[in-house]
Amino acid sequence: MAEKVLMKGNEAIAISAIRNGVDGYFGYPITPQSEVMETLMKEKPWETTGMVVLQAESEVSSINMVYGGASCGKKVMTSSSSPGISLMCEGISYMAGAELPCVVVDVMRGGPGLGTIQPSQGDYNQIVKGGGHGDYHNIVIAPASAQDMYDFVDWGFELAFKYRNPVVVLADGVIGQMMEKVEIHPPKPRMTDEEIRTKAPWATVGKPASRERNIITSLSLDSDTQEAFNRKLHAKYSEIQEKEVKFTEYMTEDAEYLFTAFGCSSRICEAAVDMLRAEGIKAGLLRPVTLFPFPYKEISRLASQVKSIMSIELNFGQMVEDVRLGAENKCPVGFYGRQGGNIYTPEEVAEEFRKFNNIK
Amino acid sequence: MNIEDIRKPENIVYRKPALLTDNIMHYCPGCSHGTVHKIVAEVIGEMGIQEKTIGICPVGCSVFAYNYIDIDWQEAAHGRAPALATATKRLCPDKYVFTYQGDGDLASIGTAEIIHACSRGENIVVIFINNGIYGMTGGQMAPTTLLGMKTSTTPYGRDAKLNGFPLKITEMLAALDGTAYITRQSVHTAPAARKAKNAIRKAFEYSDRNIGLSFVEIVSTCNSGWKLSPVAANKWMEENMFKEYPLGDIKDVLK
Amino acid sequence: MAFKGIIEVDTQRCKGCSVCVANCPTHSIRLSSKVNGKGYNYAEMVGDACIGCSNCAVVCPDSVITVYRVKVQ
Repeated sequence: MAEKVLMKGNEAIAISAIRNGVDGYFGYPITPQSEVMETLMKEKPWETTGMVVLQAESEVSSINMVYGGASCGKKVMTSSSSPGISLMCEGISYMAGAELPCVVVDVMRGGPGLGTIQPSQGDYNQIVKGGGHGDYHNIVIAPASAQDMYDFVDWGFELAFKYRNPVVVLADGVIGQMMEKVEIHPPKPRMTDEEIRTKAPWATVGKPASRERNIITSLSLDSDTQEAFNRKLHAKYSEIQEKEVKFTEYMTEDAEYLFTAFGCSSRICEAAVDMLRAEGIKAGLLRPVTLFPFPYKEISRLASQVKSIMSIELNFGQMVEDVRLGAENKCPVGFYGRQGGNIYTPEEVAEEFRKFNNIK
Repeated sequence: MNIEDIRKPENIVYRKPALLTDNIMHYCPGCSHGTVHKIVAEVIGEMGIQEKTIGICPVGCSVFAYNYIDIDWQEAAHGRAPALATATKRLCPDKYVFTYQGDGDLASIGTAEIIHACSRGENIVVIFINNGIYGMTGGQMAPTTLLGMKTSTTPYGRDAKLNGFPLKITEMLAALDGTAYITRQSVHTAPAARKAKNAIRKAFEYSDRNIGLSFVEIVSTCNSGWKLSPVAANKWMEENMFKEYPLGDIKDVLK
Repeated sequence: MAFKGIIEVDTQRCKGCSVCVANCPTHSIRLSSKVNGKGYNYAEMVGDACIGCSNCAVVCPDSVITVYRVKVQ
């Protein structure tokens, strides 16, 4: 039987990294995710698995350390919160351009600017639509529990290596700080040098005479070369959209009204669905687990079934734009959000739902 | 003795090193980069560490260093090469890891990365090409530009009141406990280039001894940016650059 | 002991920067009056004073010079 341990979402990231054979973590302190590096430093994985953990001088440096480690075919990651993620966006763009795998955890807080240190989902547009410069996508996965935080590290690396692309675990301050029971799986060893050579033949691990040199770069001065590369990236993103969409549904089978929400908001919406169901209102919830790729098709299907959709987010309405695209004008799409670290209660969500749908 | 008697393979005393590729360098005629690339290729070849060396190139003229030296390369964002090198060396401690950076890259946008890599005592080699100008973007002022020196962004000469003073970053780095070997060299004459080669070899050897970061500055020319012929640029460098950036070892913890 | 040397220039790769010329202790290199495919006046050996010291090749940024050297009595 798997072991269950009570821990914070942020701690789950750290423990999962150690137990899933991650080679390196490079980070910089920022609230509300500092427990990730604190836990790693306390656990001293360099003495057990050989994992490297390093506190960098900035988020800029952290992400570029990740770039260097990923270039060597290693499983490397970092974590930060919104303002720090903004600083990392240059590096993430370079990694997308150099087709490097990595996992970046964003434990979102309120913004813009220095904002608040309380939870938010205000980085949706930044992370899902790009973030850095140029034509690229992150693969974005959104945890809603400490267990997800634990599981998504390994899943993130699986996706990152499968597609040679940065993966962002888009969490928020609630998920990061909340303590829950987490099921701990048996540990996985780190990749051997031989496995890296097989899995990442492109990696800069030292050039033997027998092969051409490996070059990790995102530079191509020739327009046609760059365009051909961008087409290749675009094809990759289309394949990801086709194959990797993940979502969960709650009470949607007979639903007449639909909520869409990700991360911590999805759990609040589950409670709101229960409250509305108790009143005889057939509400349901679709939670996108992957934000890129986004479950457009599933939303389209449900839009044909329900009277309305409401997107509930801790921001001013970001994911709702994708929900509208998915709904294809088949039903009205509404939005309710809170900002600055304020969080709606299920009662508040239910009340806003009644207002939007004109239900007394 | 006639020429054909001399022109025999056994009489070759100097040739292009094997680790330099056949790609024609994109550098301007007379550019110091080519000479330093050659020296790095010679050192890696002579140490027999091609399979154990990972190079990290910057943004700037030497962004294409990976086209010329036959080893595995990573190309960093502007100024960030020491961060890449840090992770590469820590994750692959049996490798020789070096960055190759210009002054626009290392001494301006990349000051945080180089200072902290030095401060942490990363066991890497940094080769720092200081020609006092941004070459690739068209000859703008760098932090290392001399006072009075004309560039495209200091068309009347660098004025300390307006643009501040030349940054002697190499001396700054020598003050950090994490650095093992800090030296300033040039490659404009054969004796200077031979000394520079010894310095680069020493830096690579030190990087394998867990004693901290080794840093080789090469005071260089950018004859296109300086608007001088290659030979005149070398002379100008001797007369002007060396006053601000004197050659020689600055720190050697094993001495 | 005396040395005698010759240099061989990869003329198509030479960019005619003449740093080699300035570094030759025996004035044995000059830029040719001819140009290569890129339009550069390439370096060439002149006279028979070359001692094969390699200075020219060591400072050549484009590594286009091969140096041969023999001892002569």
